[in-house]
Amino acid sequence: MSAEAWQITWFTIGVATLSTLLILPFGVALAWLLARRDWPGKSIVETLVALPLVIPPVATGLVLLKLLGRRGLLGGWLEKTWGLEIVFTWRGVVIATAVMSFPLLVRTARVAFENVNPRLEQVARTLGSGPWRVFASVTLPLALRGLVAGALLAFARALGEFGATIMVAGYIPGQTATLSLSIYHLVQLGHDGEALGLLAVSVIIAFAAVWGSEWFLRRRTS
Amino acid sequence: MSVELQGVRLQLARFALAVNATLAGRITGIFGASGSGKTSLLEVIAGLRRPAAGVVRVDGVTLTDAPAKVFFRPERRGVGYVPQDGALFPHLSVRKNLLFGHGEKQIRPTGLNFDHVSEVLEIASLVDRRIETLSGGEKQRVALGRALLAAPRWLLLDEPLAGLDAPLRDRLLPYFVRVRDEFSIPMIYVTHSPDEVMALCDDVLLIEQGRVEYQGPPRKVFVPATGARYELSRGGLVR
Repeated sequence: MSAEAWQITWFTIGVATLSTLLILPFGVALAWLLARRDWPGKSIVETLVALPLVIPPVATGLVLLKLLGRRGLLGGWLEKTWGLEIVFTWRGVVIATAVMSFPLLVRTARVAFENVNPRLEQVARTLGSGPWRVFASVTLPLALRGLVAGALLAFARALGEFGATIMVAGYIPGQTATLSLSIYHLVQLGHDGEALGLLAVSVIIAFAAVWGSEWFLRRRTS
Repeated sequence: MSVELQGVRLQLARFALAVNATLAGRITGIFGASGSGKTSLLEVIAGLRRPAAGVVRVDGVTLTDAPAKVFFRPERRGVGYVPQDGALFPHLSVRKNLLFGHGEKQIRPTGLNFDHVSEVLEIASLVDRRIETLSGGEKQRVALGRALLAAPRWLLLDEPLAGLDAPLRDRLLPYFVRVRDEFSIPMIYVTHSPDEVMALCDDVLLIEQGRVEYQGPPRKVFVPATGARYELSRGGLVR
């Protein structure tokens, strides 16, 4: 494999990992709130979170581009206040993949929390544990399988993200080029051989992620 | 030693629970058909539900006062709660289940230590087992032990023997008698079995559609039936 292919591979793995870690606390917290609490506006938040699953990724990318661009509401503020550029940088790739994989994490984690018998949490409360200790010692361990599955699903989605990423970050070799963007670019140039090489790498990483999650689930069950 | 329920009101799906009563027996039974509001009442006492109105006092301490917006969280009430299925933590061993609430309290009545509780409930041989390997009866004894080891002021038992077959129920009843006699912790025992009320309780509340129809000695409302069993007297109170 060429140095460039290695760079693209590590960049993609790094971005997918970072985006998964970024959404993990928010996704888990939101999933718990959706599973265990009733609050005003809950159904609106549920719908908003699911939107990236149903609207075309390119459209989500366009929304992000308008929001995070220099003249965008958020992008302008970030650049003025922190000097941070998002669009057409690696940060843009992370944000695009995070937004696209967020719904998968939240949906899986929500089901995991819903599957924890609330009676167990109630009993833990009567045994003297406050809400945080109940969460850490009862809810979280019992939902862990689903949470890990959700995180791996989000990671896998981030690995393969294309539509939103190309809108927000474009294809800049060495800076924003992920595996999927590079495969597309190479096919456009007619370099099918190199594209197939990157395709093989994608398959190996995705296989490892899915196999890893299956192994983890089996290990916890047995 | 008493649990006072003053004007407790809680809207349920089909009717409202409305209870005025003082529970002061060593074991007070709450008896009623399925869906009569027994479990909801127990949850109000445990702090797992907030009533719309009313006051709950345990041994003179106000734990819930709806008008004054006083509400002690379940973890601060010092009541042990054993639900119908035991609700043991499936990811923890029997020992870790038993010790879950142990050591949270400063003051511990004498005798409420791990060894003594294990001996009384005959669960010492189970402590290294996984929860899913326990039988129904073993699960209930572990659940009872776990609640006891948290050193509660009161024990709330929600149909702990429902769902078990009759011979197993008969084998488990003596454990509750032993707990009553060994540890002097007052209990509230929810059940729909007249036999369990007659075997354990010195006071009983009959609940129907969320209202208390009778409170007093069990022998006044239950009469012997065939096979050394009891049933609710058809005409109401036995004078």
